[in-house]
Amino acid sequence: MRKKVLWTLGSIAGGLLLAACAPNATQDTLQPVGDVAKQQKALFVPVFWVAVAVFVIVQGGILYIAIRYRHRKGRDRMPKQTHGNTRLEIGWTIAPAVVLAVVTVPTVALIWDLARPAGEGALNITVEGYQWWWGFSYPDDDMVTDWDSPITIADTMVVPTGRQISLALESKGGGAQDANQDPDFQVIHSFWVPQLFGKQDVVPGRTNHIVFSVDEPGTYTGQCAEFCGLQHGRMKLEVRALEPADWEAWVENQKTLAPSPTDPLAQQGEELFLNPLSDGRGACIQCHAVGDQGATAAPNLSHFADPEHTCFAGCNWRTEDREALAAWLADPDAVKLGAKMPDYQLTDEEIDALVAYLYSLT
Amino acid sequence: MATVTVPETARGLLRRPTATTGAWSWLTTVDHKKIGIMYGVAAFVFFIVGGLEALLIRTQLYRPDGTLLNADQYNQVFTMHGITMIFLFVMPMSSALFNYLIPLMIGARDVAFPRLNAYSFWVFALGGLFLYSSPFLGGAPNGGWFGYAPNSTTDPSIGMTFYALGLIITGIASTAGAVNLAVTVVNMRAPGMSLFRMPPFVWMGLVVQFLLVFSLPIITVALFQLLFDRRWDTAFFDPTRGGDPILWQHLFWLFGHPEVYILILPAFGIFSEVLPVFSRKPLFGYQFVVFSGIAIGFIGFGVWAHHMFAAGLGPVANTAFGISTAIIAVPTGIKIFNWMGTMYGGDIRFTSAMLFSVGGVAMFVIGGLSGVTHAIVPSDYQQTDTYYIVAHFHYVLFGGAIFGFFSAFFYWWPKVFGRRLNEALGKIEFWLMLVGFNLAFGPMHILGLQGMIRREYSYPESLGLTFWNQVSTVGAFLIALSVLMFMVNVARTHLKHRDEAVEDPWDARTIEWMTTSPPPVHNFDEIPTVHSLDEFWHRKYVEDERSGTLVPAQAGAADTHDDGHAGHGSIHLPSPSYWPLVAAVGLPIMAYGVLYSWWLVGLGALVVLTGIFGWALEPSVAEE
Amino acid sequence: MADLAITPGHGAAEPHDEHATTTGLPNTKIAMWVFLASECLLFGALITTYVLYRGASDTGPYPADVFDIPYTSVSSFVLLASSLTMVLSLTAAQKRDVARMRLWLLATALLGLTFVGGQVYEFTAFYDEGLSITTNLFGTTFYVLTGFHGVHVTVGILMLLSLVGFSAADRLPDDAAFPVEMVGLYWHFVDIVWIIIFTVVYLIPTPSPVPA
Repeated sequence: MRKKVLWTLGSIAGGLLLAACAPNATQDTLQPVGDVAKQQKALFVPVFWVAVAVFVIVQGGILYIAIRYRHRKGRDRMPKQTHGNTRLEIGWTIAPAVVLAVVTVPTVALIWDLARPAGEGALNITVEGYQWWWGFSYPDDDMVTDWDSPITIADTMVVPTGRQISLALESKGGGAQDANQDPDFQVIHSFWVPQLFGKQDVVPGRTNHIVFSVDEPGTYTGQCAEFCGLQHGRMKLEVRALEPADWEAWVENQKTLAPSPTDPLAQQGEELFLNPLSDGRGACIQCHAVGDQGATAAPNLSHFADPEHTCFAGCNWRTEDREALAAWLADPDAVKLGAKMPDYQLTDEEIDALVAYLYSLT
Repeated sequence: MATVTVPETARGLLRRPTATTGAWSWLTTVDHKKIGIMYGVAAFVFFIVGGLEALLIRTQLYRPDGTLLNADQYNQVFTMHGITMIFLFVMPMSSALFNYLIPLMIGARDVAFPRLNAYSFWVFALGGLFLYSSPFLGGAPNGGWFGYAPNSTTDPSIGMTFYALGLIITGIASTAGAVNLAVTVVNMRAPGMSLFRMPPFVWMGLVVQFLLVFSLPIITVALFQLLFDRRWDTAFFDPTRGGDPILWQHLFWLFGHPEVYILILPAFGIFSEVLPVFSRKPLFGYQFVVFSGIAIGFIGFGVWAHHMFAAGLGPVANTAFGISTAIIAVPTGIKIFNWMGTMYGGDIRFTSAMLFSVGGVAMFVIGGLSGVTHAIVPSDYQQTDTYYIVAHFHYVLFGGAIFGFFSAFFYWWPKVFGRRLNEALGKIEFWLMLVGFNLAFGPMHILGLQGMIRREYSYPESLGLTFWNQVSTVGAFLIALSVLMFMVNVARTHLKHRDEAVEDPWDARTIEWMTTSPPPVHNFDEIPTVHSLDEFWHRKYVEDERSGTLVPAQAGAADTHDDGHAGHGSIHLPSPSYWPLVAAVGLPIMAYGVLYSWWLVGLGALVVLTGIFGWALEPSVAEE
Repeated sequence: MADLAITPGHGAAEPHDEHATTTGLPNTKIAMWVFLASECLLFGALITTYVLYRGASDTGPYPADVFDIPYTSVSSFVLLASSLTMVLSLTAAQKRDVARMRLWLLATALLGLTFVGGQVYEFTAFYDEGLSITTNLFGTTFYVLTGFHGVHVTVGILMLLSLVGFSAADRLPDDAAFPVEMVGLYWHFVDIVWIIIFTVVYLIPTPSPVPA
């Protein structure tokens, strides 16, 4: 009987461990790729095993005691009324304290290591948290566009591999409005890409930093990790890490304006986008920017259709998902309750034209 | 139960209530036992409500992109779940146990201020109702139980204003109760009961009251600041006018961390009572257990920023709080060893009460260990705001505090009601709850480490989080089944005919078992004189000189007749009163006034003042 | 148990009761001290907020623009004097000199009212100079901190006047010194809090920002 119990427990434990290594968990902190995430896991794992050891000893002890000293029918005994054992108690106070002290040393070391500012030659990115999307702007001198502004993109953060990256986290708001005319408020967010680094909060009024690097090219998903209002659960992002050659090409493309659309439908869309809509409905460029025109309250769409810009609207839909884009334009609030983009009452023709235009912005 | 009869005084509307039995008497009672029962019933009702909110959450999260609740509804549900479980269930249920048991355990006839006790209950009950009126008046609180600014100050829905007002009201209830119980323990103990002869449950209770007294004012200030920002456009947390959102976090967690010890120490007290009784051995290392409780109380005020490791306080602060958090793990953890030492070498009977206490200790170990991993600061940058944290606090709060409550229910039910809950049902309930609980919250460790954030109303299929979410939901429904089972147990116990009298069903150790079950209104015919810890046990068993073992004492040795503290046959008891209820009612009226009309604020204040003056002018015991 | 007559009598909480308390002190006294301890944390949090936001206002008026230190010194002195009259009323109560006790209680209440009135006047002047509770962080933290204190003083005045009223209606217990002492503890606490506020808020200068 006991063997059966042990086998069952063992297979459950094994199953759990296996399931813990899920292959498609792109936000798995236990499969780190970035240097910071690797350091954080390297600290966590040994402590985890220490905790497992304590768990086994303590729970095993409780089980053993519960079984060994259970009352047996018909055998009434008055146990020895032990009140304590001072030396034992002092011992089991000191032992955990020593274990904790030992664990504290690498902990404090890593706190300070992670707090060090980036070195020379790091790439600076300003991460901007809005309700409910992420914007990224590249303030370095060698990242300035032809129209004299920093390269700016939303929902996808593009970074080079093999180089230190310094993120400055800022909370933004106040430029947009939702269907009830409530503005996007400046609130606390938290920037988290689990496979690259642990999160840091994005706090209005101060600038927190994350310094990291990543060697493997690829796509890494992340989310806002501090409750920030209605659509906190849909405030996501992707990081595209590019090898140096791809990175150079991307930067060069971002510095120039997207090519003027040649397709007549896209040209129509450009007309609609850059000018006030009929019947006083407002204008896209009141909030959005394309190239040297527009404002910063909403995602920068300069290179919306660039392959590295993989998602939109809080990174909840794939850029190439035409239907999703059309649905978003038709009624943002219907697909993302409370979205801070008004319903412009666009006709189907207008939507087709705008979609064509957006897809021309490579 | 004896009826206190009091001759009537004035006639008319303002006649002093006299009845101590009957439905109406519950509104005017000042008897700590009745108040304790009311706290217990109200808290349990809120437990069910909070549990239903949990089931809604788990159903929504059962599959990716769930559609049961939209974003707005989900945010209200998870916020109310947290507020309900913490402020309307665990804290009042602890008050229920403290209220009922502490006077009996220290040999007092009631608490220090019986009318203040009633007031605390009514303010809590009305505060809970006030909070739950919010969904009908524009929206429930939706900014999380922690209400981080500026989201909580700017959210357009009225919910967070209800949050601020509602928690100010319940805070008043808890503060009044804390002062009351602190004075009771300090000042009303039976002759001979020095501090280190008090049962550990009473000790933990005392620490809890001081934690409340010192932490509640801080959150009260924060809540007023939040209220003023929302209602009157002040700048406390407005970054555009220089306000710092981090200030909210500091104030909140300066309360919030002691709060978690307020939530768990009662369970530590319960384990420390139940384990010795059912092991037939004293608590191993009583002094260490007491001192570690006091240490937790003090150090608990020095760890608050470990909830803010990712907020950007800087490496100095993070280092300091990482160290202090590691330090507090020591007094918290060594209690486990004391409890194991209590059971070791004992003659253990696994009644339902014992199962819940042992299970509670075991679950708390898991929660405590995950808590230690949070203290690894850089690793916490990955863990914080994920389901890994949700797992941790449910293991300590559900696995620790709530299992503790169920242990207390099974242990003290005969004391309070004179009937035993059904043991067979209780054992099934325990195993069902244990399995359901671990299925519900165990996988959350994995979900958190695999990148599932907190407070999101849905997740996509692509993140690979589906399987463990489904397991968790199944576990939640098993918990619900076990709670239902408990309610069936209670119903059956009370619907059946009460046959056997249960004076000391567990062969217990402490003096609350020295009076009848249920106790008479005056608690003890004669207050016992206390000569040692576990006074009752030492009256029942004496050390046999020859063998050195414990043997039963002579018959009648446990009686209190020779204690000589009967007060010459006349016992003074406080009389029922309306005024606590009146004074309590004014508070939610004022709160609605803040929301809707200054006239209501004035009216509410008038009601409060009337209640207080009526109370002040009324003697605590009616004149003959 | 049947032969025990359970009769109403004096509540266990009253100080002259023959039931001894564990510490020898009356319950109400310990309760008042515990309550005042919690009030320390309340004012501590409010004062801390003020101090943390000192100098953080992005627009005026600033403290130096509106404070009239001599004026506030006078009203502070008035409040301090009320603590003296409070002690005098307690001494009279202990000597069972009911008339003097009521006199000094009234004097305390009057001085307290003067203080509160002085604050109302002061705040009106500040408001006229452009400082409201929403103008800037200084306005917010100043009015809320002093407002909470003012409410506490007002409650204290109510308690003092109630004592006089109850005494006149012969509703105070024989040992009137005890409730007077309890109210006195509260009153002195409120006074000490004011000394701290006056020092931290008024006397310690907050430099105004230099115009850009």
